[in-house]
Amino acid sequence: MIKKSPWEGYALLENLLHKRDFYAGSLMTLLGAGVTLNSLSYNTGTLMHMGPGMFPFILGCTLTFIGVLIFGTAVLTPLGEDERILPVNKEWLGWFCILAGPILFIIMGHYFGMAAATFSCVFVSALGDRQSTWLSSAVLALCITVPGCLLFSYVLQLPFPLFRWGF
Amino acid sequence: MIATALQDLWYGFGVALEPHNLMWCFIGVLVGNMVGVLPGMGPLATISILLPLTFGIKPVGAILMLSGVFYGAQYGGAICSILLNLPCHPPHAVTCLDGFPLTKQGRGGAALGITVISSFVGASWGITEMIFLSPILVTVALKFGPAEICSLMLLGLLAGSTLARGSPLKGVAMTICGLLLGIVGSDIETGTPRFTFGIPNLFDGVEIVAIALGLFGIAEFMKSVNQLSEVDTKYTNVKFKDLRPTKDELRRSWGAMFRGTIIGSLCALIPGTGPTIASFISYATEKKISKTPEKFGTGMIEGVACPEASTHSSVQGDFIPTMSLGIPGDAVMALILGALMIQGIVPGPQLISEHPDIFWGLVASFWIGNIMLVVLNVPMIGLWVKLLTIPYRYLYPSALFFVCIGVYSTNNDMFQVGETIVIGLIGYMLLLLDFHPAPVLLGFVLGPRFEENFRRAMLISRGDILVFVKHPISAFFVALCVILILAQIYVRLRPPKVLEENMPAVGELVD
Repeated sequence: MIKKSPWEGYALLENLLHKRDFYAGSLMTLLGAGVTLNSLSYNTGTLMHMGPGMFPFILGCTLTFIGVLIFGTAVLTPLGEDERILPVNKEWLGWFCILAGPILFIIMGHYFGMAAATFSCVFVSALGDRQSTWLSSAVLALCITVPGCLLFSYVLQLPFPLFRWGF
Repeated sequence: MIATALQDLWYGFGVALEPHNLMWCFIGVLVGNMVGVLPGMGPLATISILLPLTFGIKPVGAILMLSGVFYGAQYGGAICSILLNLPCHPPHAVTCLDGFPLTKQGRGGAALGITVISSFVGASWGITEMIFLSPILVTVALKFGPAEICSLMLLGLLAGSTLARGSPLKGVAMTICGLLLGIVGSDIETGTPRFTFGIPNLFDGVEIVAIALGLFGIAEFMKSVNQLSEVDTKYTNVKFKDLRPTKDELRRSWGAMFRGTIIGSLCALIPGTGPTIASFISYATEKKISKTPEKFGTGMIEGVACPEASTHSSVQGDFIPTMSLGIPGDAVMALILGALMIQGIVPGPQLISEHPDIFWGLVASFWIGNIMLVVLNVPMIGLWVKLLTIPYRYLYPSALFFVCIGVYSTNNDMFQVGETIVIGLIGYMLLLLDFHPAPVLLGFVLGPRFEENFRRAMLISRGDILVFVKHPISAFFVALCVILILAQIYVRLRPPKVLEENMPAVGELVD
């Protein structure tokens, strides 16, 4: 991974940009700093009479500190063998389908009711697997929708209409 | 002391044997056993999915069921490890080392038989420990003031985040993220909305179900989609009569079983070192004291008996600090505490005296549940083995449906489903950055109580931060925290040789 470069510093920096902990540390530092700044907008009070802002302030400072420490380990340790952040097989379709399923559940549930929501959620997320086909996903979705709706709608009496037309 | 313990236990059996409680316990261990066998589904995801369904039932039944899932899954996980060489559940990773070679030699059935026996021995010891140790812990803990509670919680959080898997620094970072998530919502004393970004749905805080299902549901599914290979079921043809171990195997296992049990129960008492670490340590110990250490890894029955016994005694022992002090040792315990809190029960040392039905009912249900598990596992082994062949592509879409409907049913609010999706996506990104999200739950559950006690301690001491070192008990806990941190730094700088020698194979298995 290490590229020979005329500038030593440049190479170090480029190595750093390949490290997972560089991103992990930066993320935590930024999050900590954000929380600390945000907590100042609430009343911190004194140590004896703490306001709502004090505890988040302490946590934010600690998180920033931990983030810097993670960042520090990234700078100090040599480049590891496997520093890829994304896994080897990038399952963009799988990831997309798994997220799209619940999102469709919200939309379909809001406008068309539980049955449509369940079917679309299972159907779309099932499409994310490489071996599944349109047909197998549809069959699976049907197999889940029928007993699922019976269970939640009739047995558990969930206040979520099976069918509705919500426009 | 024994007389009162027996009397309480008798009362507990009365509670646990009530028909509906018995039913919940049975459902719990059945579901647990099932998901333990299914590759790609863990007890954490299952408990999170079942959590919303427990809102409608009484607290005792809810806790019996959720705990049943946890220890039931341990029985199932062993089947997966021994017959398939798949360490689906971290505590059973070690069991693969000797369990799978045994399967190849055609003794897989016997290994499973030994597993059932050692699990029962380990669990029984863990339960006995819980009966006698919890009341002692409670009498001590009831004398604690806010300062002591606060430093004890700090110790619990530190141990839970640094001793678990992965880098301790990242564990601490995750715990703080959990504490921050716990802050979202209205401030307890002044009612000021904090970190709500003006969204009214967040004024009541983030829902624990949304966090758990996002992190252990959606994020886990994203991690495992298309990653699990087809299961090789060549060796899974196990019949009921195969389970009987030979006399020689049984004789060799007894010692290992008891050593494993003791190691497991010791590990359970240290917060943060759950069943996984217990099983690793016990395997290493067993190998060390064995006369034929070189044979380990080629199918030694001791290498199956010892880690399994320690896993189970540690699983039961994990409940001790959770139930008697209100401080969970790992994410599963945090979820169970969360379930208690949703039912309106405040965890802590007063739990045993205020809700004896929950505590003693739970203890009694452990016995009943473990006996049920032996009965379920022995004759139905063929059925469990069949479950191994259910492919993941049917599993995760169905689970996603339960995730969505479960989160929706907590408040009948679609906003929570959206919350889960966001948390799931963030959780997956954190997983990619090598963060293990389990401590988030720990921080989230303890957060509000931690802040409350911290504020109270500061008020009583008139703003003197040194109060934590001035009170002797609190100073003791703080000292333990410092030792823990120093030990971690020491281990990082100079990795112990013993672990390296024994654990290379295990390290590969777990990740």
